[in-house]
Amino acid sequence: MVTLRVNGEDRQADVPPDMPLLWVLRDVVGLTGTKFGCGIAQCGACTVHLDGQPVRSCQLPVSAVGDRAITTIEGIGSTAEGAKVQQAWLALDVVQCGYCQSGQIMSATALLARTPNPSDHDIDAAMAGNICRCGTYVRIREAIKQAATGEVHGLQVVVDGSTT
Amino acid sequence: MSARHPMDESIDAGRRQALRLAGGGLAVAFLWSAGAGPALAQMSARRQPDDAAAAAADGNPPFAPNAFVRVGADGSVRLVMPSAEMGQAIYTGIAMMLAEELGVGLDQVKVEHSPPNDALYGLPLLGGGQITGGSTSTRGQWQVLREAGAVAREMLVAAAAAQWHVDPASCSVARGVITHVPSGRTLGFGAVADAAGKLPQPANVTLKQRKDFTLIGKPLRRVDSADKVNGGTQFGIDVKVPGMKIAAVKTSPELAGTLGRVDETQARAIPGVIDVLKLGDAVAVVGEHYWAAQRGLESLVIEWTPGVNAHLDTETLVAGLRESSEKGPAIVGRKPKGEAAAGGKLVEASFVSPMLAHATMEPLNATVHVTAGHCEIWTGTQVPTRVVKEAARICGIPAEAVTVNNQYLGGGFGRRLETDQVEQAVAFAKQVTYPLKVIWSREEDIRHDRVRPLYFDRISATLGADGKPTSWKHRITSGTVLGRWMPGAMGKDGMDSDAIESAADLPYDMDNVLVEWVRHEMPPGLVVGWWRGVGPTHNLFIVESFIDELAHVAGKDPLAYRRSLMKPGSRALGVLDLAAEKIGWGSQPLPARVGRGIAVGSPFGSHVCAIVEAEVTPQGTVRLRKAVVAVDNGITVNPSSVQAQMQGGLLFGLSAAMYSGITLKNGVIEQSNFHDYRNLRINEVPEIEVYSVENDEAPGGIGEVGTAIAAPALANAIFAATGVRLRELPISRTQLAASPDALKRVASTGEHKEDVA
Repeated sequence: MVTLRVNGEDRQADVPPDMPLLWVLRDVVGLTGTKFGCGIAQCGACTVHLDGQPVRSCQLPVSAVGDRAITTIEGIGSTAEGAKVQQAWLALDVVQCGYCQSGQIMSATALLARTPNPSDHDIDAAMAGNICRCGTYVRIREAIKQAATGEVHGLQVVVDGSTT
Repeated sequence: MSARHPMDESIDAGRRQALRLAGGGLAVAFLWSAGAGPALAQMSARRQPDDAAAAAADGNPPFAPNAFVRVGADGSVRLVMPSAEMGQAIYTGIAMMLAEELGVGLDQVKVEHSPPNDALYGLPLLGGGQITGGSTSTRGQWQVLREAGAVAREMLVAAAAAQWHVDPASCSVARGVITHVPSGRTLGFGAVADAAGKLPQPANVTLKQRKDFTLIGKPLRRVDSADKVNGGTQFGIDVKVPGMKIAAVKTSPELAGTLGRVDETQARAIPGVIDVLKLGDAVAVVGEHYWAAQRGLESLVIEWTPGVNAHLDTETLVAGLRESSEKGPAIVGRKPKGEAAAGGKLVEASFVSPMLAHATMEPLNATVHVTAGHCEIWTGTQVPTRVVKEAARICGIPAEAVTVNNQYLGGGFGRRLETDQVEQAVAFAKQVTYPLKVIWSREEDIRHDRVRPLYFDRISATLGADGKPTSWKHRITSGTVLGRWMPGAMGKDGMDSDAIESAADLPYDMDNVLVEWVRHEMPPGLVVGWWRGVGPTHNLFIVESFIDELAHVAGKDPLAYRRSLMKPGSRALGVLDLAAEKIGWGSQPLPARVGRGIAVGSPFGSHVCAIVEAEVTPQGTVRLRKAVVAVDNGITVNPSSVQAQMQGGLLFGLSAAMYSGITLKNGVIEQSNFHDYRNLRINEVPEIEVYSVENDEAPGGIGEVGTAIAAPALANAIFAATGVRLRELPISRTQLAASPDALKRVASTGEHKEDVA
C-alpha cells in the first residue's frame, strides 16, 4: 500500500512498487486526464509534476515518487502558472483532438514556473518531448508566449455571447 | 469547373448529384453515392421514422423536431452531432450551422455524441453511411443542418405566435428568445418547447443570407476546448464501466501469422492477472489494471505459426508494384482529347510512396460488455454503424441488440474508419462475463496499423517548343482501399476513384492527358486503409513534383510555369497567386542551401497552395524555415478552425514526408513506436502563415487539404535548395548529403531570373 499526495489530497493505492505512476493514476486512483501515448517516455502525453518538476509518469515506478507532491492536469489549474497556461490555451483554441494536451499543458506550466519569459529556444527545449499528431505546435508556441507575457500572440477566438 | 472535365462524361447521375452537393468542386473520391445503390439513407432536417425512438432514448425532450435539436422545458438546448469529433472541430462547425438558424448562441448549447443510426445520421456524400471521413462533414451537411436549425426555429416561433395570436412573421429570434417585435413581448425556447413539439413541421423554410449570419464566419471558440485543457474530456481509453477489467493484447507480429502454443504459467502467477484469452491470431492477458495485463502479456511464452508472409519484405512489394505498372492491366481514369502534337521533349520519372501508419495519439482501444443476447461498446469511432454491424455478426445477435457509445477520438486520421480493433475486442469480450477494456500498446498500434497504401507511379510528359506539355501520361499502381472498404463504390470498369483523385482532375489546362490506374493486390494480412488526405496526399506529391520538374526542364520559374498552364480566373490560380504574393516569391535572393517550393491543387472541394521554404545542410538535414498556405474553401464556417486545420494538416503531411515510412521484413512491420516512427516535434516546426480567399462558394473540405499539399511543396523546396529531385519518400538524408554536385549548384537558386511573376 502506498500513499500518494495527488493534487493536494492523500490517495491510498494497493499496487506493486514497480507499477508506473501513469497506471496508478489512471486505473487505480481514477484520474484519467493523464494520458498513455507510447509507454516509453517518447511522447510526453503522460507528463505530471512531482514537486513542480515535469516527469514522464509512464516510466516512473510508483515507489520512486516518495513523499513528493503529484500534480496532474486535473489539479494544475490551481497553480498560478497552470491557470495562465490554461487561459492562453483557451484564448487561442490550441487543442484539436486534445489527447496530448494534458501533457503539453503540464510541460508548458513547468517551463513558465522556471522560465517566466521563455525564448523560442527555451520553448523548443522544454516542449520537444511532447508530440502532437494534430500539429498544434504553432498555437502551442503562441499560447506559451501569451501566457508568459499577457500580450496577445496569434488569432484569438471569440466566446459567443461574451459581448451580449 | 467540373463542366470541362473530361471525366464528367463517365460520371453517372448519382455522382453528378454528389458533385452538386459538394459545391461543384472537382473532388471525385469519397463521393460514392454513385456505387452505393438506390437505397440511400437520407439525413433529413425533418422528423424521420427513427426519430421517435432516438428522442425517447435521449430522455424524450419536449421539443425534438429532428435528429439534431433537443430543447428542454427549461430552455436548455442540446445538439446531437452526426459526425465524430477527432480534433477537426466538426462539433463546433456543426453546432454553429445548427445554432445559426435555430437562433441560439454557441455558449448556450451543449453538444452530444449521436447514437449509431445510418437513417438519421448517414451522409449522402458517402453513400448514406454514418461516416466521418474524406473531409465531407461540412460540405455534406452544410445545407441539411442549417435547414434543421431553421425547421426547429420556425416551429418554436409558430408556437409563440400562436400563444400571442400574432403573425409568426412579426417575430424574431435571438439567443434562445422569441420576440414579438411590434409589442416587445418575449418568450424563451423552454416556454414554448412543449407546444412547438405538437405542431406540424414546416414544408419549406427560408435560410439566412450570408450577410445576416451572426455565428458563421466568426472565429468562435471550440465547444470542446474547456474540457480538453483540464483533463475532463472522456476519450474511449478513459471509459470506466463498473466491474471492468483491462486487457493487453498481442497479435501475430507477422501479418497473416496465427497463434500457436502459449505457456501462460508465469503470467498467471503475476498479481492482478485475471485471465488469458485467445483468438486465432492473437492473445490477450486480462488484469485488474493495464500494468498487470501488460506484465502478464510480456510473461507469456508464445509460439507463432508462420503465415504466407513469412518471407515478405518491402523491396518485394515495390518490385511487384513495378511489374504490375509495366504489365497492367490499366484502367483509364482520364482519356486524352484529340491527338498529341508530334515531336517535343520527353520527360519521364517514376516515384515510390511509402506505406504510412496513423499513430493517433490515443492508441486504439475499445471497452466491450457482452451479456446474454446483448453487446454494449464504448469506443471512439469514425464509423459507429459499422461497429454495430460487426459486433452483431461476431456475437450472433441482431443489430438492435448492440449498443455503441461513441466517444471523443484522440485522433482519427482515417485509422478509426476501420473496425478491426473493436472486432478483436468484441471477440475477446465474448469469452468473459465482465466488461472488458482492450488497449493496444503503441507497438501493437503501429505493427497492426491498416497502413496507407504503397504506391508506384510512372509519369511522363512531352514539352512543346514553348515548354508547355503537349501530352501528359500518369500511371498509378497500388492496392485499393475503396475496393475493400466500400466495394460498391468502385466504378463499373473497376476504377478506384480515390486512387486517381487529384491526378485526373488537374488544375492545369491540358488536353492531352492520360491517367490510368493498375490494381495490384497486397498480400493477405497487409490491409491498406484510409490515411489523412487519402488519394490526393499521394497524387499531389507526384503531380506537383513533376510539374516542378517540367518547369525546370523548360527553363521556367515554377510559379510562372504553373500560372501559364492555369485558366485565368480559376480558383486554383487564385490561391497560387495569393500564396506567392504573401511569401514574396522571387522578390529577393535566398541564402545558400535554402529553397522555396510551390504546390497547388484542388482536393476535397477546396483549392490550396502551399509554399514551403526549407534549408538543407551540407549533412543532408532538412530544416523547415517557413510555410505560407493560401486556401479557398468557399464559405468559411469558422476561420479559427480553418487556420488550425491548415496548420496542423500541413504539419501532418510534412512530418510524414520528412520521417515516416512503414517497412516490412519477414512479414513484420519493422517500426513500433515513436522512436523509430518519427514525428515532427515543436523544435522542427516552421513559422506558418495561413491566408483565406473570401467568396460565396459552398464550403469545401478542410481537414485533409493541408496534409495533401505538404509533401510536394517541401520536395520542391529541397530541389530548389539542392538540385536533388526526390522520387521517394520519406526524405533520405543520405540522398541529400551524398550529392555534392547538387549542393554546388545551390548558390544560383533563388535567383530565378526569367518569368518571375
